[in-house]
Amino acid sequence: MTTQTPLAQDAQHGLVAHGHGAELANQPTYGPGSEVPIQTRSQRVRSTKVADFAAVSRREEQWKYTTSEQLVGLDADELAEYMGDIQSKHSEEVVTSWVGPENAAFGAAGIPEDRPSAAAWESAAQAYLVTLPANHKLETEVQITLNSQDKTPSAMHFIVNALAGSEGTVIIDHKGDAVLAENLEIIVGDNAHLTVVSIQDWNDGSVHSSAQYAKLGRNATLKHVVVTLGGKVIRVTPTAYLESPGASVELLGLYFADAGQQMEHRLFVDHAAPNCRSRVTYKGALQGKNAHTIWVGDVLIRAAAEGTDTYELNRNLLLTDGCRADSVPNLEIETGQIEGAGHASASGRFDDEQLFYLRARGINEPEARRLVVRGFLNEIIQQIKNEEIEARLLLAIENELARSNS
Amino acid sequence: MSLLEIKNLHVSVQTEQGAKEILRGVDLSIRSGQTHAIMGPNGSGKSTLAYSIAGHPKYEVTEGEILLDGQNVLEMSVDERARAGLFLAMQYPVEIPGVSVSNFLRTAKTAIDGEAPALRGWIKDVREAMEALKMDKSFTERNVNEGFSGGEKKRHEILQLELLKPKFAVLDETDSGLDVDALKIVSEGVNRAKAAGDMGVLLITHYTRILKYIKPDFVHVFVAGKVAEEGGPELADRLEAEGYDRYVSAAAN
Ligand SMILES: Nc1ncnc2c1ncn2[C@@H]1O[C@H](COP(=O)(O)OP(=O)(O)OP(=O)(O)O)[C@@H](O)[C@H]1O
Ligand SMILES: [Mg+2]
Repeated sequence: MTTQTPLAQDAQHGLVAHGHGAELANQPTYGPGSEVPIQTRSQRVRSTKVADFAAVSRREEQWKYTTSEQLVGLDADELAEYMGDIQSKHSEEVVTSWVGPENAAFGAAGIPEDRPSAAAWESAAQAYLVTLPANHKLETEVQITLNSQDKTPSAMHFIVNALAGSEGTVIIDHKGDAVLAENLEIIVGDNAHLTVVSIQDWNDGSVHSSAQYAKLGRNATLKHVVVTLGGKVIRVTPTAYLESPGASVELLGLYFADAGQQMEHRLFVDHAAPNCRSRVTYKGALQGKNAHTIWVGDVLIRAAAEGTDTYELNRNLLLTDGCRADSVPNLEIETGQIEGAGHASASGRFDDEQLFYLRARGINEPEARRLVVRGFLNEIIQQIKNEEIEARLLLAIENELARSNS
Repeated sequence: MSLLEIKNLHVSVQTEQGAKEILRGVDLSIRSGQTHAIMGPNGSGKSTLAYSIAGHPKYEVTEGEILLDGQNVLEMSVDERARAGLFLAMQYPVEIPGVSVSNFLRTAKTAIDGEAPALRGWIKDVREAMEALKMDKSFTERNVNEGFSGGEKKRHEILQLELLKPKFAVLDETDSGLDVDALKIVSEGVNRAKAAGDMGVLLITHYTRILKYIKPDFVHVFVAGKVAEEGGPELADRLEAEGYDRYVSAAAN
């Protein structure tokens, strides 16, 4: 049985859509009435060769929101290899190295499912590999900072390999000016427990397409956190392959889009083994003219994936007129023998009752708004469990909010 | 000594059929230290009066005045009113996801006082107020009203009342949904706040039982958007015995 359920908006407390000219979009992506050809997620092209991919066009569902023009060259056949600054900070038991396709980890988590990802794959001859030692718990997190200085369309390939029984956190921080196509492979070995945080905090005008593939071993857990704050066009596509029984993935995301920014997050959770669990929670705030966010959450529960337990949620808070949040949860179920599968999606304006309550306690309006937005995004921030990142994100949110009041 | 005056207050709400008048000329004056009870049938406009005093944007004042020590309250924003010393304990307190009670209380206190409270003393004040209201200290780490039971929400309102020390408090059915013990605990909280700050209270209720703990100086019967009768505490007992029939049929004629 295959069912596709592009679900309607659930109007939960505090996030009821009020209209007011803000565009709230949550339409079915496939099927009759859509100009997009019918295609289930599992039928998509997967290849390391850019030639295997058609040109970027709106005809394909995955390019419904981002155009070739917006990609400013990242969908070309060839890109420059990223030669800019990469700094890493980690304890000595963590090993980092540049490796080629002959390395067993190269391509072990996943291979491209779209053109920029394939272009990056072919153009980046070597990948930056971070290996977390087996059966060892890291006391400090691995911190990788990519600080790009120019906007040549470039390719980068990262691999995080958390060996069996390892435990740790890897933070990849993207900064500076860039036009970058990136692949990030995440291999979580049997019984390993990994947290990966990918921060997109680019300067204005940067364009970034980041494909992130995670494969989880038996009883492994992954907490994957995406934080998107700065840049002109950002497209992050995290995929989690659950191909071993008992694996559990948590995909968390936070984004804050300003005027003229487009932030697209496209997730795919592939339940291919029994008794796996997935949780997706993405929250975004938008403000200013033509701030546009897109969240697409595809979950596929294959016939073999009995006992699956999955839930995905996306919420967007529209702070001003003129912004647009698209939110498209999509569940494909091929077995009836599951624990649970659900999703919720809602986009809305400020809840006036919340503001009234705070203001009735003497808190002025800008401060009350700040509290509500911070509170809204806090649910994600609190999950990161890293004080430094938390403080930095809170500061970034303050700065965003300060802009909205100026 | 402060004075809150409500004069000939008319208030409307926007409905799909156009503006609907709910308050039709309310007159009421409260002095510091006084307690005024307002009783009246469902839908008579009691919450509307409470929200109008606090400045909820849904309610439009079409006529009349609200003065606090001679100052025009209607010209103040919602937060200015709170900073001027008005407090509304809400009938249905709102949940605020992701904002902890401790953060909320500190932010509100800072806003009301115009400066951050000294940390040591503040933590002690919060702890003592919570103990007195028999609220577990774990509430400080929870999000504002999120998942609170009905009674817990009401205690949280009174906790704010005690910490923010307003000149006048409007309590909108703070007693509804409280069990017998909670009613006593919450009433004691109100009485402490009164004693500490010579606060004036406008107590909206359906039941005389809370009036055993919080003694009213005056009782107002509220019917069809205005005060239909005023009297002393004995009026409450009569209402309990006789109901509102008399007033409702009189208002209909
Ligand atoms: N937005 C609105 N549209 C239509 N009618 C409204 C609106 N808001 C309030 N009302 C009406 O105004 C009247 C007064 O409401 P209010 O909440 O003030 O009553 P109340 O005296 O507090 O009642 P209760 O004892 O049930 O709490 C009610 O009839 C209510 O339905
Ligand atoms: Mg009411």
